[in-house]
Amino acid sequence: MPIAVEGVSYVYMAGSPYETKALDNVNLTIEDGEFVALIGHTGSGKSTLVQHLNGLLSPTSGRVLVDGQDLAQKGTDKRAVRFRVGLVFQYPENQLFEETVEKDIAFGPKNLGLAQEEISRRVKDAMRRVALSYDELSQRSVFELSGGQMRRVAIAGVLAMEPKVLVLDEPCAGLDPHGREEILGLIRRLHAESGTTIVMVSHSMDDVANLAERVIVMDHGTVAMDGTPREVFSRGDRLREMGLDVPQAVELAEALRARGIPVPQGAYLPGEVARAILAFAGKGEEPC
Amino acid sequence: MLNDITLGQYYPGNSPVHRMDPRCKLLLTVAYIVGVFLIGNLPGYLLALAFLWLVVRVSGIRFSYLLRGLKPLRFILVFTFILNVAFTQGQTVLFAVGFFRLTREALENAIYFSLRLVFLVMGTSVLTLTTSPVQLTDALEHLMHPLARFGFPAHELAMMMTIALRFIPTLLEEADKIQKAQMARGADFESGNLMARARAMIPLLVPLFVSSFRRANDLAMAMEARCYRGGEHRTRLRELRYTRLDFYALLCMIAFFVLIIAEGMLLG
Repeated sequence: MPIAVEGVSYVYMAGSPYETKALDNVNLTIEDGEFVALIGHTGSGKSTLVQHLNGLLSPTSGRVLVDGQDLAQKGTDKRAVRFRVGLVFQYPENQLFEETVEKDIAFGPKNLGLAQEEISRRVKDAMRRVALSYDELSQRSVFELSGGQMRRVAIAGVLAMEPKVLVLDEPCAGLDPHGREEILGLIRRLHAESGTTIVMVSHSMDDVANLAERVIVMDHGTVAMDGTPREVFSRGDRLREMGLDVPQAVELAEALRARGIPVPQGAYLPGEVARAILAFAGKGEEPC
Repeated sequence: MLNDITLGQYYPGNSPVHRMDPRCKLLLTVAYIVGVFLIGNLPGYLLALAFLWLVVRVSGIRFSYLLRGLKPLRFILVFTFILNVAFTQGQTVLFAVGFFRLTREALENAIYFSLRLVFLVMGTSVLTLTTSPVQLTDALEHLMHPLARFGFPAHELAMMMTIALRFIPTLLEEADKIQKAQMARGADFESGNLMARARAMIPLLVPLFVSSFRRANDLAMAMEARCYRGGEHRTRLRELRYTRLDFYALLCMIAFFVLIIAEGMLLG
């Protein structure tokens, strides 16, 4: 179920003094089974773009095709599209409202109009995926849980719709290192086990480097770069111009190169840089 | 979804109207409304319109922007008009169908009342469009200050209003975000009968209440952390000061009153 974004522009509050152009002629295609990371400075249009992928926002000009179907067209059932393209907002725990964890996760499947047994199967399955114990937590109030648990309940609420594409807007924002690891681990597993297409907005270049197969860089509402992590992170200067960072491994590689230690161009994973250092040390030269 | 509301939305600018002292603007707006209610014939309303148009021109706001603010009011306007036509006792019958008699007085009344409403809304819109909420509550606090001697909590009221106004856009944004998040889970806010729609609001309202309480709590903490303890001995960052601009504005308003009173005596 590929998603094609064709020449999409979006203007907020057109005609008022607060008018802003959030997206400017964006073109991209997301293929089945990809793991795409969307990075960019605050206000670069990432979140606006993400809301176009399931028809929550309609482009001011241009069009978005999900499975070849134009979302803005009259006959398109946007709700049906939203079940196939699951969107997890930033701080999704803010959207929890039901009395119990189980009921909240069941909200999506219920809106799908599924049978009761299918709903409870999906709730159990979604809780298993986000590593929450069904027996222990399903009847608890969502407001009793810890921050990390609430986040996982919210994600489970989207997973329970069993979307083909999962879009996550900064899923790790505001979590402690342990919580981050858990969320990233479950996203990685979801991609590996079920082949779900993942689109993840992130500010952490290290997470992006570790997880993504493709990186799209947004800047001022346009796509500034689109390629493999290796391609994107080898252009550290350009990234810094846009107010972005590079992964720590890239930073280290650059510093080593500046001191004359040969690290292969394009190395962006910690392992690659480590190997280069070992190879250099093995030559018996004095490390600086 | 709620972008149509012009009333209460600040339109940033640097015109003489924007730079006026908010107290003066507030009082002159009240005066203008009193003036509009004094008017009793159509040429008088032309004067009121001309005055408003002038002020809007000086303020740099597009007149169409002001008119857009009337849109949510269209039902009230139609309602007022119909009520006045139907229930005003009059002598001069223009035409009659069965029970219904349209009299000249009723028609005049209906037109005047509707016009008054229109000018009331447009006049106050000019105030809120050219005055930031903070300035407006500052002005209110100053104007209510004499009442503090009788135990009236002028500062507290103004502070509450500032906070409420400050959080309207925040809450709207929050509501929009939660609504979208629930729509992403297949929530349907747009179809179904009244009951179904009311029930559909629960997934929106519960999170909104939860986050408002959390915000209120955070704000109270933040204020206390900065030693806020009410209005006593509090100095302010921006002192309000009347300038020559306010004097000119006052002259304009007096001229407007002279004109409508003269016009009323000549034609009324």
